[in-house]
Amino acid sequence: MSVKAKRFPQRLNIRSGTIDMTHGSGGRAMAQLIEELFVTHFDNDLLRQANDQAAFDVPAGRLVMSTDGHVISPLFFPGGDIGSLSVHGTLNDVAMAGARPLYLSSGFILEEGFPLADLERIVISMAAAAKRAGVPVVTGDTKVVERGKGDGVFITTTGVGIVPKGVNISGDRARPGDAILVSGSIGDHGVAIMSSRENLTFETTIESDSAALHKLVASMVEAVPDIHCLRDPTRGGLATTLNELALQSGVGMQLTEDAIPVRPAVSAACELLGLDPLYIANEGKLICICAPADAQRLLAVMRADPLGAEAAIIGEVIEDAHGFVRMQTGFGGSRVVDWLTGEQLPRIC
Amino acid sequence: MCLAIPAQVVEIDDVSDSGTVALGPVRKRISLALVDDVSVGDFVLIHVGYALNKISPEEAERTLALFGEAELVEELAAAPGGGAT
Amino acid sequence: MKYVDEFRRQDLAKKVSRAIHNEVDRGRRYNLMEFCGGHTHAIFRYGVQDLMPDNVRFVHGPGCPVCVLPVGRIDNAIQLAQQHDVILCTYGDMLRVPGSGRKSLLKIKAEGADVRMVYSTQDALKIARDNPGREVVFFAIGFETTTPPTAVAIRQAQAEGLKNFSVFCNHVLTPAAIQNILESPEVREIGSVLIDGFFGPSHVSSVIGSQPYEFFAEEFQRPVVIAGFEPLDVMQSALMLIRQLNEGRHDVENEYTRVVSRDGNRKAKALVAEVFELRRSFEWRGLGLVPYSALRIKSAYAGFDTEKRFDVPAIQASDVKGCECPSILRGVKKPTDCKLFGTVCTPENPMGSCMVSSEGACAAYWTYGRFRDQATAREASA
Repeated sequence: MSVKAKRFPQRLNIRSGTIDMTHGSGGRAMAQLIEELFVTHFDNDLLRQANDQAAFDVPAGRLVMSTDGHVISPLFFPGGDIGSLSVHGTLNDVAMAGARPLYLSSGFILEEGFPLADLERIVISMAAAAKRAGVPVVTGDTKVVERGKGDGVFITTTGVGIVPKGVNISGDRARPGDAILVSGSIGDHGVAIMSSRENLTFETTIESDSAALHKLVASMVEAVPDIHCLRDPTRGGLATTLNELALQSGVGMQLTEDAIPVRPAVSAACELLGLDPLYIANEGKLICICAPADAQRLLAVMRADPLGAEAAIIGEVIEDAHGFVRMQTGFGGSRVVDWLTGEQLPRIC
Repeated sequence: MCLAIPAQVVEIDDVSDSGTVALGPVRKRISLALVDDVSVGDFVLIHVGYALNKISPEEAERTLALFGEAELVEELAAAPGGGAT
Repeated sequence: MKYVDEFRRQDLAKKVSRAIHNEVDRGRRYNLMEFCGGHTHAIFRYGVQDLMPDNVRFVHGPGCPVCVLPVGRIDNAIQLAQQHDVILCTYGDMLRVPGSGRKSLLKIKAEGADVRMVYSTQDALKIARDNPGREVVFFAIGFETTTPPTAVAIRQAQAEGLKNFSVFCNHVLTPAAIQNILESPEVREIGSVLIDGFFGPSHVSSVIGSQPYEFFAEEFQRPVVIAGFEPLDVMQSALMLIRQLNEGRHDVENEYTRVVSRDGNRKAKALVAEVFELRRSFEWRGLGLVPYSALRIKSAYAGFDTEKRFDVPAIQASDVKGCECPSILRGVKKPTDCKLFGTVCTPENPMGSCMVSSEGACAAYWTYGRFRDQATAREASA
């Protein structure tokens, strides 16, 4: 440590310092930022080697790779922040192939003037999320853009993982008769974000459901290797994700509204803003489609995991040339559940 | 048109003619400029951040009872001898 | 949620449904127009049609303020934001509505105009307070429900001496529009389009009361039932209309008594009368020029009238060719009668106003109801 101290005579002023262009210039300031912030917190052998890449052995099997850019406002929200979100989001994308995630990379785009204290908070949260998940961040990149050309911080993460043998999960494998399961209540993330946006102020105890689902997926895949489809209903919500799967598989779907778990606070916030929980984003839920014979076993496995405690069977895959997702409403009628159109904007009428 | 939702008044600030309403577990600050004689505990109809009207609990009960009554009429009609027993 | 969940109960819906099935006259049709988009939305979202007999048809009316705003007024708002460098505030509903040349407020925002979505007129006032160096225009739309909050904001701006706040007023009046529909030749002419009865507005009526509809029921001999926006309210009101029609009555009845009285909200009405006055006529999309159907800001509040502070020219802009919104808004045609519906006109790419708001007849039909016609066609061919 004493050698490092000499390289950077003054430690980063995290408490009141801000990002400036030198932090992305490739010079000493950047090296210091990487060392005192990123390496310190992400702390692992591969990162400490200080190469521009990470080299590692991979187990035999099919390799999965996924990347996700994270932009969110506000950066800190009830139940999480952009740091933990950027870890969970990519781990979930890898896990939805039934894969066990191995490593992550991260790319930061920082805006000039961004407070170092906020950056440290984000990095600590990100490191904690990676540690909880057991998947290290082994390589990364940092760029700085001029003030006004970013929104504080953007984080892109990439993950790699290995699919166990005999697992073939894909969005085009839904077949008529298959059961549709969801791992828990929908809309929590979107409502938590909206509640913290300045112009929509309402108070609620709802927190984002942001979580890494790969351990839940691992136990599901172990119980039923032949899961047909897995997908996390993020932007566009449950409705849009089911429509994607229906289109990909060339099938229709029949849902039962009363079976879909929605928290009272999410329902209430949606009533207030004229929104539909089916279209609100989730960051810690998955949709699973499987053969009807496997549904109960999967449901039991999911409910045994804290992240799937409120799992439910919400409908079935049906034949439909139009690929409609339909729903029996709680009121006793039926309706189409269409793709999300444009952006979910609060309505007055 | 005119999305509006019933919510219960939980707090009133006479100075700013505003208050807080609860809609289940969600709370929101709203203006009370359009309604008179609102008390904490009342249910009001919220539209674009304003309480538009008070909701009458008695009338709500009466309307709900009507829904059941519709069937009562039907049962009476279906019962042998007009249903008067 | 109290006063919400009870009015969506399936067991009660079944009861009312059975009563309706029992009471309809199989030998006739019941064409019931819901004036309000709120009813349209409830009917589609909860699948109310499934619980109704086949001979009861919902005719969707023009009660969606986004849908009836003429293209020229949207163009005005776009010009204000682009040419006068104002902060233009409006409700979320307006952002995607296309003006001329497919431009919308959302598109010009992407091009750099300062357009902000607000949830309440209070938010618009706050933006004006926070930006004393900028002109802040509130693009006001809506029926009688949404007008009182605008009146409050104007009075508040005056009391605070806010010099940079003004309102581009597009508030319109429901009774004038209902009268226009009833007087239109297609509706009056026996044998073309029949509207047998009306669902009266819920929240508009909570402000204006049930009294204004008495004239229509009498003059046009059509029953009106003021109906709440929850699906059970719609069904119960349908039952009340069916009973009136069976008995040959045409009264104003009120199903939504928990909110609506005969006189409405006197305080809100007084505030509106204090700030606004009638326009001699105003253009409605679909209905054309409708006399005394809209409000403008009184001269005493001219300082807060965008039309007095800025040059807001009358723009004659036409609807997209082939768009049937005008007929659909009057209940003369169904969304599926329009050649553009579902082909070039979809919610992602709306050509007409009925496809923009989720309360518009076309959007509601597209989003929630499309499979119905296919089911009907299958049954017909089977």
